Amino acid sequence: MSKILVIGQHADGKLNSGIAKVVNAAKAIGGDIHVAIFANDGAAVAAQAAALDGVAKVLVVDRAGNDDYVASAIAPQIVALTQSGGYSHVLAAGTTSGKDFLPRVAAKLGVQQVSDVMAVHSATSFDRPIYAGNAILTVEAPAAPAIVATIRLASFQATGAAAAAAPIEKISVDAAIPTHTRFVKLEAQKSERPELQSATRVVSGGRALGSSENFSIIYSLADKLKAGVGASRAAVDSGYVPNDMQVGQTGKIIAPELYFAIGISGAIQHLAGIKDARTIVAINKDPEAPIFEVADYGLVGDLFQLVPELEAKA
Amino acid sequence: MKALVSVKRVIDYNVRIQVKPDGSGVVVDGVKHSVNPFDEIAMEEAVRLKEKGKLTEIIAVTVGGAKCEETLRTALAFGADRAVHVKVDDEIQPLTAAQALAAVFKKEGAELFFLGKQAIDDDAAQTGQMVAALLDLPQATFASAVAIDGGKATVTREVDAGLETLEFDLPGIITTDLRLNEPRYLKLPDIMKAKKKPIEVVGLGDLGVTATAGLKSVKTANPPKRSKGVMVKTVDELVTALKAKGLI
Ligand SMILES: Cc1cc2nc3c(=O)[nH]c(=O)nc-3n(C[C@H](O)[C@H](O)[C@H](O)COP(=O)(O)OP(=O)(O)OC[C@H]3O[C@@H](n4cnc5c(N)ncnc54)[C@H](O)[C@@H]3O)c2cc1C
Ligand SMILES: Cc1cc2nc3c(=O)[nH]c(=O)nc-3n(C[C@H](O)[C@H](O)[C@H](O)COP(=O)(O)OP(=O)(O)OC[C@H]3O[C@@H](n4cnc5c(N)ncnc54)[C@H](O)[C@@H]3O)c2cc1C
Repeated sequence: MSKILVIGQHADGKLNSGIAKVVNAAKAIGGDIHVAIFANDGAAVAAQAAALDGVAKVLVVDRAGNDDYVASAIAPQIVALTQSGGYSHVLAAGTTSGKDFLPRVAAKLGVQQVSDVMAVHSATSFDRPIYAGNAILTVEAPAAPAIVATIRLASFQATGAAAAAAPIEKISVDAAIPTHTRFVKLEAQKSERPELQSATRVVSGGRALGSSENFSIIYSLADKLKAGVGASRAAVDSGYVPNDMQVGQTGKIIAPELYFAIGISGAIQHLAGIKDARTIVAINKDPEAPIFEVADYGLVGDLFQLVPELEAKA
Repeated sequence: MKALVSVKRVIDYNVRIQVKPDGSGVVVDGVKHSVNPFDEIAMEEAVRLKEKGKLTEIIAVTVGGAKCEETLRTALAFGADRAVHVKVDDEIQPLTAAQALAAVFKKEGAELFFLGKQAIDDDAAQTGQMVAALLDLPQATFASAVAIDGGKATVTREVDAGLETLEFDLPGIITTDLRLNEPRYLKLPDIMKAKKKPIEVVGLGDLGVTATAGLKSVKTANPPKRSKGVMVKTVDELVTALKAKGLI
């Protein structure tokens, strides 16, 4: 039977909301599921992980500096734990942090990482997107020494709450941690809006908005709909909005119930980020815009007129 | 200080790729290929550092078949001084590519290694991190700003929460994100000059690397297709439809 180690990424004392989805992917693999929390003081985060259905045990590795999640410091601890615990699988959420530290773990274990798992066929066979999601590759990974994979969060539902909390165990790992890399700072965008990757509704704006001032009509519609806010690369590159709002192949991959693409042409790289959205609404003045080929509802016209009207009537 | 820059040959980002009917992969023959866009950004960053006097030499490296020579010529036109072609006939796995790249880095005694954050064909986003792990060196992935000073690199990284800054002692590995820079347009004289620059060809064996079997590709398939929806004429029609479905 498989023994699965899920890396419980966290920030500001909160377990990343994607971990509940990773646990569900682990359930699809089948086996004993342990979540490892690497933190300065992981007690609070561990309790959140222990409450997830399917988790058999939570392991806490406390160490000053772990909260910063510097890849070269976290990876050796994960490698040591994988080896001492005899894990068959190591899984992390396909967030920027998972993508940063997990390939380092894979290389140290001498295996390839399976990146962005979107479906589990068996304990060793998985689907993953290639070419910005325009093709799906089924891979078979060798079972030994271990399978290392990041999970594409947009492809999995979250596991529910456990009937009884899993036991939490404080452990220490024997790993040499290099000092060559130092965390300096994180400039996080603080927002009261729903988080892009977990929001049920998302409103995104593109280059057509023209300025950061004009982007306010997108925020305003989003607030009316209690939606998260996203953007195309063009809108980010033009400085209308910060980088963490980019949706697409090289930005965030999202799967909301409802997605609004406003003044966005629908380049394949943007579409890569919204393939799993349940319903897509597009507003664009160009009836030929490629976004209309994938939109469930299309509306042709000037966004500066239509968006305020939509906000008023929604 | 020497820098190594890796360049991978990929299907051009404007091409609509086609999955082969037998599921054995995607159609690559007769399809336009280019340098992975993230690798052009990596090249550009190295060239700018050299122009600022921070680097003395830039070496471009690729792992791949004969056609990858074009890719190296592009890197040389950007401003690489010379190139190393790790020639392999069969397709290789990321770990093997990473082992080869790590071996070249060591052999050249380079202090900085720029790679793209991901190759837009496999989208694996793992090679740079693997190279760093194999060499036990620092890594700063998804870079949107890089400063080199006094044996240290300070790198701004694009992360889910915003922008993170890391500092590391050289040597180290940096993978590039889209907003790091805008690569220059190549001019004809540079392209001509690049034809005369040296490319050293080596095999995996010369680097002490043996290709490992890793992931097996079972099949390649088309993603589920989204069906075309309906066009509505007015905001009222849209709102009615969304409300009927309970979406708003
Ligand atoms: C390697 C690589 C990775 C990339 N990754 C991403 C990514 O992750 N995410 C991403 O989004 N892009 C990505 N891109 C960029 C992508 O190719 C497109 O350039 C980008 O998505 C275009 O953004 P846009 O739709 O806002 O702008 P445009 O393509 O310029 O479209 C603007 C649209 O607005 C419409 N419009 C203009 N005025 C109005 C108006 N008044 N009312 C209504 N409609 C109007 C126009 O008809 C047009 O369709 C990537 C590109 C590369 C090469
Ligand atoms: C299941 C599976 C099977 C595969 N089988 C084969 C196969 O049989 N044959 C085959 O050729 N490929 C195969 N590949 C793809 C091959 O492993 C990749 O092309 C490459 O080795 C790793 O690149 P990536 O696309 O994952 O790069 P990423 O990690 O996304 O690339 C990041 C950066 O690394 C650098 N880089 C990556 N590869 C190279 C390279 N070759 N040369 C120079 N720089 C590079 C570039 O700077 C790039 O921007 C397979 C991949 C998978 C997942």
